Amino acid sequence: MKTTRFNALHKKLGAKMIEFFGWEMPVEYKGIVDEHLAVRTRAGLFDVSHMGEILVTGRQALAFVQHLTPNDAGRLAPGQVQYTALTTPAGTFVDDMLVYCIGPEEYFLVVNASNADKDFAWVVGHQSGFEVKVENQSDAYSQLALQGPLAQDVLQPLTDVDLAGMKSFHWATGSVAGIAGLVSRTGYTGEDGFEVYTTSPNPGPMWEGILARGAAAGVLPIGLGARDTLRLEAKLALYGNDISDQTTVLEADLKWIVKFQKGEFLGKAVLEKQLVEGVKRRLTGFELVDRGIARPHYPVFIGGRQVSEVASGTFAPYLKKSIGLAYLPVEQTAVGTEIEVGIRDKRVKAKVVPTPFYKRGGK
Amino acid sequence: MYPNEFRYTKDHEWLKLEGGEALVGVTDFAQHQLGDIIYVDLKPVGTKLGAHQPLATIESVKSVSDVFSPVAGEIIAVNDELAQTADIINKDPHGKGWIARLRVGNTQDVAGLMKAADYEKYLEGLEEH
Repeated sequence: MKTTRFNALHKKLGAKMIEFFGWEMPVEYKGIVDEHLAVRTRAGLFDVSHMGEILVTGRQALAFVQHLTPNDAGRLAPGQVQYTALTTPAGTFVDDMLVYCIGPEEYFLVVNASNADKDFAWVVGHQSGFEVKVENQSDAYSQLALQGPLAQDVLQPLTDVDLAGMKSFHWATGSVAGIAGLVSRTGYTGEDGFEVYTTSPNPGPMWEGILARGAAAGVLPIGLGARDTLRLEAKLALYGNDISDQTTVLEADLKWIVKFQKGEFLGKAVLEKQLVEGVKRRLTGFELVDRGIARPHYPVFIGGRQVSEVASGTFAPYLKKSIGLAYLPVEQTAVGTEIEVGIRDKRVKAKVVPTPFYKRGGK
Repeated sequence: MYPNEFRYTKDHEWLKLEGGEALVGVTDFAQHQLGDIIYVDLKPVGTKLGAHQPLATIESVKSVSDVFSPVAGEIIAVNDELAQTADIINKDPHGKGWIARLRVGNTQDVAGLMKAADYEKYLEGLEEH
């Protein structure tokens, strides 16, 4: 099993460790609910070093990234970050990812751990005809995420990066707890926060420094369990649950990352056709009306007929409701539509609700 | 940690015999494995169960698992507190977090369950994996 450079520190904190796509990762320390609430109300620190990093450089780096992704990387200036996807010719997902514009000839792709090798092979497999160099730097990088309303206050004393001056989806280089790296105002929780990347072979002091600095403010280490409940409350897609090579970007309700005007990209023709004709199903949020927890693959019924299955579902610790996502027929996606979820031998009432389930500063 | 007057199962239930009746719950090890418990679905009072038949289902944030009756019997009471505050199982699994009271079919069956020392040894074996 692969381990991150923080593995021993997780065990020292008493984390419950699990295997996650070949990585030994902390699933929880104090408990998912406490950790979830810490991120919503204070801040939490995540080890996300299992994420994959792919560097694309060369004269045609931008053209190549544009070819691979539906969002418009041409809008990125150095110092900016964009949420986008690697798409198949069918307009479905190879993966979703962040693209960091390092310079006009240098783009840094951050992809899911579960897909890192597949993505790298995909990118390499499509580079013919482009004057680019593609490097899998996943093994070199460690990554931490500090997320929550207190993230900036906790991190600022530890870094020379001006965090107050950093807008959302921007990045800068600097040091954190004395370790050189890259800091971006990004995350996967629905909160304000930062992600820190470093190639230091010994980044432990970064983890320890942030936790020590944040202890008085109630900052907790956060495992993959709460990472999943946090991202789902914010309706951030998870590859393998909500998006896959069987779901198109438009079906996934991610039209905002498709920029048809930008020129050619993989899957464009299919997505254009789908835009004109309309999708037949769409990833839709629901909450349970009756008691229960909807979990992935549980059947979804409308009018007594199974129409789908749960993509993601959990008990949402901040909202204190059971929520979920499912691909529903578009004519059944209006807010208030009554559906049922099969939970073991019962059919439990649920209804379509607006998403995101949780919005920072809103609610 | 594990009370001497209780008996235990390999599925991490505990049973406390009180005359011909028994309280049943899940062990501290079980609550720790389950994590934050959100709901408990209980079979109704009056349900007759064989040994190893499910008497409740526990939903935690991350998983769902059945609680099996350690011995054959009939449910004569359930812990109503669980409907509002299922997480008392996390906080006090061997006390306030009890799940059901059974009328035990045959108290001899209890002899087949593990004593505290045996259960602790059993847990050590699990943790070595």
